[in-house]
Amino acid sequence: MTEMIARTLPEPRPRPEFFAEGRLNADFGVVEKPLTFAEKLWNNGALRKAVLLLLLAAGWELYARSLNNPLLVPTFSSTLEAFWTAIASGELPGKALNSLRLLLQGYGLGLALALLFTAFAMMTRIGTDLLETLTSMFNPLPAIALLPLTLIWFGLGDKSIIFVLVHSVLWAVALNTHSGFKSVSNTLRMVGRNCGLGGISFVTKILIPAAFPSILTGLKIGWAFAWRTLIAAELVFGATSGKGGLGWFIYEAKNQLEIPAVFAGLFTVILIGLLVENLFFRNIERVTVKRWGMQS
Amino acid sequence: MKPLEPTPTPLLEVRGVTLQYKTKEHLVTATYRVSFDVLSSERFVLLGPSGCGKSTLMKAVGGYMAPTEGTMKLKGKTIRKPGPDRMMVFQEFDQLLPWKTVKKNVMFALESSGRMRGTAAEDKAMETIAKVNLTKFADNYPHTLSGGMKQRVAIARAMAMEPDILLMDEPFAALDALTRRKMQDELMQLWADTKFTVLFVTHSIPEAIRVGSRILLLSPHPGQVKAEINCDGEDRADPVSGVKLSDQIHSMLFAEQVEQTTAVPAGGRVHD
Repeated sequence: MTEMIARTLPEPRPRPEFFAEGRLNADFGVVEKPLTFAEKLWNNGALRKAVLLLLLAAGWELYARSLNNPLLVPTFSSTLEAFWTAIASGELPGKALNSLRLLLQGYGLGLALALLFTAFAMMTRIGTDLLETLTSMFNPLPAIALLPLTLIWFGLGDKSIIFVLVHSVLWAVALNTHSGFKSVSNTLRMVGRNCGLGGISFVTKILIPAAFPSILTGLKIGWAFAWRTLIAAELVFGATSGKGGLGWFIYEAKNQLEIPAVFAGLFTVILIGLLVENLFFRNIERVTVKRWGMQS
Repeated sequence: MKPLEPTPTPLLEVRGVTLQYKTKEHLVTATYRVSFDVLSSERFVLLGPSGCGKSTLMKAVGGYMAPTEGTMKLKGKTIRKPGPDRMMVFQEFDQLLPWKTVKKNVMFALESSGRMRGTAAEDKAMETIAKVNLTKFADNYPHTLSGGMKQRVAIARAMAMEPDILLMDEPFAALDALTRRKMQDELMQLWADTKFTVLFVTHSIPEAIRVGSRILLLSPHPGQVKAEINCDGEDRADPVSGVKLSDQIHSMLFAEQVEQTTAVPAGGRVHD
């Protein structure tokens, strides 16, 4: 059977061999050439985004002017003006600081609890079950939905806000840290134990750095959740003991129909969010997971 | 080439070891009553097809799993848990800590095992990195290295510890053929320099012949010792039968399978 097939199929023709003699050609064109200045500029993502922002601001200004109704949409320039006056008077920075102070308390407490939960989950199987059940229950529950309850439990005050902040941070961070730990490769675990690591030193020297991309994602998600929850909670709660935050600033400005100030408040919320994301977390990423090649 | 004055007491003593592990649905017997001795400065190769339990055996020697039957002793002491006296080199490239540079990776083993600290560890690390020709890359992070370079770092990390025995679990299996060949030569060069003892797992017959001074052949399902043969790095023909060593090993490893495949399958016909 195979012989028959072999006879009907063509054989490769014999051909002469070839060897390059002496040196190979060196007169090819470009091997490496620097890009032009314009090309480099356009490759800068920050610059491209800055151009986009300018266009958006120009569009806003034009639309607001043509609408000519500062109660609905104030112009970009009047928003900026309100922003500067609120900053100059010290009102906006003070409110922002109040918000950030609360946020840090809630965030810190949430992280500490997440650490405890994950440690418990890593040590025992029932701890894992508990964490997985609780996160799947509470992660989809918006923190704001707890506000009515917390009002009854803790009353009007920082405690209530911190409670909802913890709720918004805890589950996101615990979930990501736990799944990060679980996905640490078996080889790395074996390497750690081979070098004589165990217990706490195994966690700090192998598990945490190896799971750091996930942990960092958890921290970022937790931060974003907390920031949104905080502003929303402040809108509902208003001022506590006479010093409100950014949410309260927006609410108050709306009540007094100072719409440019409302926009300035929203602008501040966005600005702080961007700063934390782009300066703080971006730089942590740059010196850790990006440098390590664990995230592209 | 004879092993250098083998000590009468073996360095590693494996006696009647049966290894079993559980998957989600089965209890698998990986090896059944396997015995062998590794002497000092030997390059001992565990060779067999997949399913012969050679990697499981390696894990047990590493201390990652306990035998259900039999004993394993290193220098007369029963192996109970992983330890820096048996440094492992794995097949996977991710055995390097991605958050540490090449130098820090090597130092990590030295420092976390408590063997050396500070500048002593750094000097030792640089010395071994030089041995695997990676001095230029000492401050590189692992993700910037090629596969072969990563494996060289892993070998340097293990060798810096000066373990009683080096355990290599198919360390070159994930490399391309050219790099693999080069790494085998480099390993032999390193061995010629320091004459370390190494237990080497592979499923490649040419690699076993090239690397090993003594080869243990294992049959699959479950792993059992088929033969233990000496080797000097050359695929020599047997002076009597004229059969090449590699062919000899091949027929020993696959004899049963040939019998199985030539036997008439149930309900089938051999010839058309």
